Amino acid sequence: MELDPLFLSRLQFAFVVSFHAIFPVFTIGLASYIAVLEGFAFKTNHPTWTILSRFWTRVFAVVFGMGVVSGIVMAFQFGTNWSNFSYTSANFLGPILSYEVVTAFFLEAAFLGVLLFGRGKVPPGIFLLSAILVAVGTFISSFWILSANSWMQTPAGVEMRGELLYVTSWSEAIFNASLPYRFVHMALASFLTGGFVVAGVSAWYLLLGREVKANRAALSMTLWLLLFIAPMQAWVGDLHGLNTLEHQPAKVSAMEGNWETKSNVPLLLFAWPDQEAQTNHFVLGIPGMASWILTHDVNGVVPGLDQVAREDQPPVWLVFWSFRIMVGLGLLMIAAAIAGLILRRNGAVYTKRWYLRSLTFMSLTPFVAVLAGWFTTEIGRGPWLIYGIMRFEEGLTPSLQGWMALTTLIGYVVVYAMIFTGGLYYLMRILRDGMEHPPASEQEEAPEHRAKRPLSAVDVPFEEGAR
Amino acid sequence: MDSMFDLVPIWAGIIGFGIIMYVLMDGFDLGQGILFPFARNEEDRDTMMNSVAPVWDGNETWLVLGGAGLLAAFPLVYTVFLPALYLGVFVLLAGLIFRGVAFEFRFKARTSKYLWSWSFSVGSILATFAQGAVVGSYIQGFETENFRYVGGAFDWLTPFTVLTGLGMIAGYALLGSTWLILKTEGKLQAWAYRITPKLLAMVVAVFIAISIWTPLMDPMVKARWFDQFSLIWLLPVGALLSMVVLVRALIKRQEGLPFVATMGIFVFTYLGLAASKLPYIVPPSYTLWDAASAGESQLFLLIGLLFVIPFVLMYTAWTYWVFRGKVKAGMGYH
Ligand code: HDD
Ligand code: HEM
Ligand code: HEM
Repeated sequence: MELDPLFLSRLQFAFVVSFHAIFPVFTIGLASYIAVLEGFAFKTNHPTWTILSRFWTRVFAVVFGMGVVSGIVMAFQFGTNWSNFSYTSANFLGPILSYEVVTAFFLEAAFLGVLLFGRGKVPPGIFLLSAILVAVGTFISSFWILSANSWMQTPAGVEMRGELLYVTSWSEAIFNASLPYRFVHMALASFLTGGFVVAGVSAWYLLLGREVKANRAALSMTLWLLLFIAPMQAWVGDLHGLNTLEHQPAKVSAMEGNWETKSNVPLLLFAWPDQEAQTNHFVLGIPGMASWILTHDVNGVVPGLDQVAREDQPPVWLVFWSFRIMVGLGLLMIAAAIAGLILRRNGAVYTKRWYLRSLTFMSLTPFVAVLAGWFTTEIGRGPWLIYGIMRFEEGLTPSLQGWMALTTLIGYVVVYAMIFTGGLYYLMRILRDGMEHPPASEQEEAPEHRAKRPLSAVDVPFEEGAR
Repeated sequence: MDSMFDLVPIWAGIIGFGIIMYVLMDGFDLGQGILFPFARNEEDRDTMMNSVAPVWDGNETWLVLGGAGLLAAFPLVYTVFLPALYLGVFVLLAGLIFRGVAFEFRFKARTSKYLWSWSFSVGSILATFAQGAVVGSYIQGFETENFRYVGGAFDWLTPFTVLTGLGMIAGYALLGSTWLILKTEGKLQAWAYRITPKLLAMVVAVFIAISIWTPLMDPMVKARWFDQFSLIWLLPVGALLSMVVLVRALIKRQEGLPFVATMGIFVFTYLGLAASKLPYIVPPSYTLWDAASAGESQLFLLIGLLFVIPFVLMYTAWTYWVFRGKVKAGMGYH
């Protein structure tokens, strides 16, 4: 069998970036949550907030650690497997990725150290500030990386001279057409992830009757948040789709499974797209609905895949189904949040076991939705690496041989499987230990720290501690 | 190069600064992993790990900056080195992954603790070896054509690069042991005092071997150093002086100076290497100017860096200050 370095590199990139992506979406949401908890703790000095914050910071540490190590791999993937792409786009991507490092990664890393190890070593106000700065750092980081990715989807502000791209307008290149939608959609996805995980874990503790007070507070808080952002995500997603229709119509055709340019296009609930025959099998759809969503008119004309040469079409069934999984889960999330609102009357949210159980299950759905979303976006861009400018095969490293790509692919799968198992195991342990009993090591350090806490937190304004 | 003035030397300075920052800072925490198997007991291992736990993530960020900064300022370096070192880069990254997660997992582990100790140690050693091999490959040079790497998969793994890899392991271990002298006390510190001279002896041995081998291998380097006497001879003299300072500080049982002197050895050796090869950055064919990105890209990033880097340095220094002082046994953070 001939080993194809292009296919293996794509597989490898998809694998390492998907693996990386599940950690940031969670840490971005969780970082903001911890900052909010620390804010409450600082203002009210009520132990509930500190208990919650300490607990979630322990979870955060593990997830963040895996995010960092898998992110370092990403920073080198471009060079190892896609060196022609890197060479051509360096004039833009280089500065953007560097800005991410200096404005975000250093901020996160430095203040994360304080957040994890500095409780009691710095005054509470500074500790709160560190929590906030870590959260801010995660957003700055997503801004830059999404700018880079959006530019690959909707390139702007550059000009090809010879083999190299030169930047003609930084603002057009950075704030390219799809960035605002992608950034907001991704930020909401992170909040949904953080929110559903916190809600799911709190619900699980409530089912077991553990730390009821703190977990009720956490559940109530997150359900309010989810009630607003779950519908908002659907709305932003719709806008995002309209933006894509304007700039990458082929992707939208694939998302809709629409082969023919016509009016009154149905919204397909189920179908089996067949790329060979350029048609769908087993179709179940709502008449006119896709036309209505995309043009706000049931008789609107929607472009189909017949507009695109066959070799320029993305693999339709992957895009079609990833998109349906994401949207389906999005709708499920809205339902879960609304059910929470209804059950709130007479406090049934905290006691109805079926509801708590379904919330526990829901904590996994955002991760699936996020990956499905990225698959839609990235596979739907195919066969373009930089949309309309560079195709996948042009970006590959010329010296890369099939067996080399296969070796590292297997290597990453093995390494990631090991650390993922480890990470999951320790997360489970943290969850089982719960909030009541801080682990042995923390009990040891506690006396020394507790001695300082009341002093610095209650009696003395924080400037005093800052000496 | 159509910008108003030539930013290439400035960028060479910035990248050079980033690389040495990385080497010094991640060096001492990778050094902990290299020394791990030799530590006297589990309690010492805990303390060693605790001494770097709050700062390792920040230290590693300098590596990411090195990668992204090269892509921005000297893309050719990024797009030749990484394909050329393809398998070595994988070893480096796998090593960094294992040691990175060990920080989070080892503190939380009970029965599986020894596994994460191994993971920390083997990961650190592999990553250090790979970094040494990168330096060796740079000295050796790369086979290129039309701005692309065209050599084989194992060109980077030669007796010479194995030597530089081992030298790097000895060097980082030395940074690690002098860091322990600074940050710990009692039995652990006494142990660090004992092993430091041995590590120094290894570093000196590799230092001499490389200094003889390189000019023999590369006529350009030979011409630089031996054709006429020049001021660059001050650099190895500086390295030797740092070694003398280190030995005296060890004899006098000083606590801070050994670490500073070891950093001195690294800085002078690094500058000596730069003096041997520059302006060739992808030897033997391409200079800094061949490898540079567009002037406007260099300028765009430079403007931002001038504002941001001072803040980065300030708050990084501040975190070191927060975690200043001796790390004591049993001071578990997690
Ligand atoms: C929307 C969010 C997002 C996306 C799409 C990506 N990342 Fe990421 N990345 C983060 C959000 C993030 C983060 C939240 O900022 C992380 C997670 C853990 C951390 O330390 O920062 C991070 C960590 C992280 C690190 C480690 C930083 C450190 O040392 O602290 C690197 C080098 C990268 N990422 C690079 C990438 C690359 C090259 C990507 C694209 C292919 C990428 N990330 C996608
Ligand atoms: C973090 C979330 C992301 C996920 C889950 C993701 C997922 C994917 C997937 C599944 C592919 C494979 C497409 C195919 O093979 O047909 C892909 C391709 C690609 N993506 Fe992304 N992506 C993400 C973010 C990014 C970002 C931020 C960038 C750039 C800065 C990027 C750059 C690329 C490149 C260069 C390819 C082409 C290589 C390939 O085909 O595998 N991706 N991505
Ligand atoms: C419920 C209705 C939703 C709609 C209508 C929607 C719509 C979209 C569309 C059209 C895209 C593709 C954009 C492109 O052309 O590249 C997309 C991408 C994406 N979606 Fe959704 N989405 C929804 C829900 C969700 C949910 C619940 C999540 C996660 C919690 C999510 C996460 C993502 C991610 C991570 C991407 C890839 C990044 C991007 O391109 O923005 N989406 N979404």
